[in-house]
Amino acid sequence: MSIFEYNGSALVAMVGKNCFAIASDRRLGVQLQTIATDFQRISKIHDRLFLGLSGLATDAQTLYQRLVFRHKLYQLREERDMKPETFANLVSAILYEKRFGPYFCQPVIAGLGDEDKPFICTMDSIGAKELAKDFVVAGTASESLYGACESMFKEDMEPEELFETVSQALLSSVDRDCLSGWGGHVYVVTPTEVKERILKGRMD
Amino acid sequence: MECVFGLVGNDFAVVAADTSAVHSILVHKSNEDKIMILDSHKLIAASGESGDRVQFTEYIQKNVALYQFRNGIPLTTAAAANFTRGELATALRKNPYFVNILLAGYDKETGPSLYYIDYIATLHKVDKGAFGYGSYFSLAMMDRHYHSGMTVEEAIDLVDKCIVEIRSRLVVAPPNFVIKIVDKDGAKEYAWRESVKDAAVASA
Repeated sequence: MSIFEYNGSALVAMVGKNCFAIASDRRLGVQLQTIATDFQRISKIHDRLFLGLSGLATDAQTLYQRLVFRHKLYQLREERDMKPETFANLVSAILYEKRFGPYFCQPVIAGLGDEDKPFICTMDSIGAKELAKDFVVAGTASESLYGACESMFKEDMEPEELFETVSQALLSSVDRDCLSGWGGHVYVVTPTEVKERILKGRMD
Repeated sequence: MECVFGLVGNDFAVVAADTSAVHSILVHKSNEDKIMILDSHKLIAASGESGDRVQFTEYIQKNVALYQFRNGIPLTTAAAANFTRGELATALRKNPYFVNILLAGYDKETGPSLYYIDYIATLHKVDKGAFGYGSYFSLAMMDRHYHSGMTVEEAIDLVDKCIVEIRSRLVVAPPNFVIKIVDKDGAKEYAWRESVKDAAVASA
């Protein structure tokens, strides 16, 4: 079994009309055994920037701590929050630093940039960025997620419709993957508010 | 095979561990205490490579004590868990410790808590956790019978149910277990569950 599939994960981020949604599953496993069903894969960097980390949980935790540290330093020096594009470059650089001994994580970054324009991107474990205008996916269920998102996605969805779309795409994909699931965690972010919702799906 | 498990009750946390020290087919002793009292209100139940287990848990214990000497107040359970994870994560890509840990503690402000820390430094706060082959049986029993806010009697009954399952269903089941509990009055040994006693040493 690949080291990326040791803990199991599913992540998706999608762009809507002046908003974005980022969603993850909730399972933490050790290969075939489920350890917890309330694992947080998505973290807030600041009010308009969210980071999801799929892959090996220990590296996701280490990487998250390093990135929060770097962002806090940035805030002290620049006296403002980091733009999503800048943060994506930072994550990419930190991952490439470990080119020959990498963090076994695939990050998904979602944020609101200048003029409230939604920004999403993903990268591989050594920092190769993949910008997208519509959706990005990561984790053990990524192949199912690509198919589900491609068929369900529409341009310029309002927050409520975006939430429904992301939720359906996530749940239908993780139901076909034994290593991810046990519910979902969806954040829908608009310029004015952040709505966090827990999904109940197939609990297996 | 080493069995360690634990759960959080009403205002206490309980952990149980087997007490056999095994090398290949030989049982060195069957009264090895694998649950270390970290400080007045914390317990570390550890399983894994014996040398690493003893060395690493003692290292954590001494550092937790040092913090208290330097700062005049003890670490919270969450802080101790994060410190432990940090040490495991730092050593992971150099000289890893093959130790799985369940850290149980009681804090005045937040009550009892249990942290699952596996040998690759995955940290998660849980209500019930287990390591080893015994986890297949103890987690299943706890999933069935656990509810939040259990009393000490209910929790010990559940622990005994798990021990019975391990003894009857695990092929190389360890014969003896130790149970330790931590509540507002501190961390202490609760009971031993012995089915095989070491033979008494004949007097010289």
